[in-house]
Amino acid sequence: MTEHNTSTGQGGVRVQARSLGKSYGQRRVLQGTELVIEPGEFVAIVGRSGCGKSTLLRLVAGLEPATQGDLLLDGQTVKGLNEHTRIMFQEARLLPWRRVLDNVALGLPESGQAAAAKVLEQVGLGDRQKEWPARLSGGQRQRVALARALVHNPQLLLLDEPLGALDALTRIEMHELIENLWKANGFTALLVTHDVQEAVALADRVILIEDGAIALDERIDLPRPRSRGDARFAAIEKRILDRVLQREDPEPSVDTSWITTPASGLRWAI
Amino acid sequence: MTSLNTTANDLVDKVDLFLDIAPPENERDRTLALAQLAAAEQTWAVNIPSSPIDWQPLLNFLGIVAKRLLPWLVPLALVIVWQLSSTLGWLSTRVLPAPLSVVDAAWALAESGELWTHVRISAGRALLGLAIGGGLGLVLGLLTGSVRWLETLLDSTIQMVRNIPALALIPLVILWFGIEESAKLFLISVAVFFPIYINTFHGIRNVDPGLIEMGRTYGLSRWGLYRQIILPGAMSSILVGLRFSLGLMWVILIVAETISAQAGIGYLTMNAREFLQTDVVLVGILLYAALGKLADVFAKGLEKYWLRWHPGYQ
Repeated sequence: MTEHNTSTGQGGVRVQARSLGKSYGQRRVLQGTELVIEPGEFVAIVGRSGCGKSTLLRLVAGLEPATQGDLLLDGQTVKGLNEHTRIMFQEARLLPWRRVLDNVALGLPESGQAAAAKVLEQVGLGDRQKEWPARLSGGQRQRVALARALVHNPQLLLLDEPLGALDALTRIEMHELIENLWKANGFTALLVTHDVQEAVALADRVILIEDGAIALDERIDLPRPRSRGDARFAAIEKRILDRVLQREDPEPSVDTSWITTPASGLRWAI
Repeated sequence: MTSLNTTANDLVDKVDLFLDIAPPENERDRTLALAQLAAAEQTWAVNIPSSPIDWQPLLNFLGIVAKRLLPWLVPLALVIVWQLSSTLGWLSTRVLPAPLSVVDAAWALAESGELWTHVRISAGRALLGLAIGGGLGLVLGLLTGSVRWLETLLDSTIQMVRNIPALALIPLVILWFGIEESAKLFLISVAVFFPIYINTFHGIRNVDPGLIEMGRTYGLSRWGLYRQIILPGAMSSILVGLRFSLGLMWVILIVAETISAQAGIGYLTMNAREFLQTDVVLVGILLYAALGKLADVFAKGLEKYWLRWHPGYQ
């Protein structure tokens, strides 16, 4: 991924999972996962809810220990939280009692205020520094959360469905913002989402997790910035979505053979 | 123009008349009314020199003034009736002294400095008790709220002791401490301990775990987490506890001082009772009320400042 050589951050980290597994008691959430993410790569993980995609993200973040296998960042086993990894959560998780700028500067030394103000400028909220989070819209809160993650110059940014609660227009704006900041900073990005379109719009690779295992690993070779109206974009999106929904026939063709089948021979999904 | 001015002057007189019945602290309202009138006058002069006067702004304004004065009407009337019945001799001063003599008594006590000494002693007592009991409640609440094994160890004991009303302890307290200062401090401390303890405990337990997880991933130390996330998150609950405690604090103080005291508002009133000085007794009662109100205003002020981020307190 040398195309992101305009990097101003510390570059990306290489993520490697080796027969990674996680169980909660008797319940196996993830098993035998093999995965390599190259430095600076943008990978999206899709899957139905409860498939284990968020668990994988939490393991990479070091929020929870794996029960099997290894997880390596640049060859180093993940043991707990890592200062070069930052997470954007589903909810913005801003501290409501701190003003926007102080939220971005969370965990920074006193001297970090200037850097925080600069990143806040980058996410387009430079004029809202002194605002309380309660006064921001959902999209603005996620921008603040993004700024808070980026001010640490992370080598790995984990995005746990951060745009799930936003409206469609705000989401598209956020996609552009995330893509541009990723290009500028060169970090490795791992996005968990249930929105296939979002995954195709942003990621170099889309990975599908089903029943705790990787079921699909597809490279998206569309040029950036990607246009959602593009025919190839639509085709890729449809193919992955069909796979997620486990539709038998990936090639869209009209099957009329069922018409001759008596009703008793059909299985109804009611 | 001249006719307009005369009408406006008439209006000024009307406002004056209306406000005459109001207590003198409404001087500001009056000034405001006059200022508004002057402004209105100018607007007429400039904009509609020959049209009939627009009464609406003035009527609206008078409506607002009336609305603000209305709640004071009944208390004012009561005080007037009370004063009249005392003056006319319908009400014996042994039952209730006239409002004016209460004011006189308060003035005399304030002038001699006696009032301030007693207020200082009572308030000092209350605040020291609050500091001891509330401080202990805060520290223990923080500990049991944050450390599991301490909760297991202490919480059920504290919940059991909580069911004993502080005032039920009075006979025991007199046996232990006599009727000295420490007895009063003990009673106040015990009473204010529980509201602060319980609310601190629950405040800490109700801090959003998502925020704590976020803080951990952003590299906050344990102390950083505590100071930047857990404490501020528990603050609204802690302040609720404080307000409860402040209310209890005055009640217990009054009871404790009434039982026995060598100084303080309770002493002042009990002493006055001996000499049938009902006016001084009433001064004492009003002082308690004023101190209670002051404490509540203070607690509200703290809420307004510390919870200014909260949409509910803006």
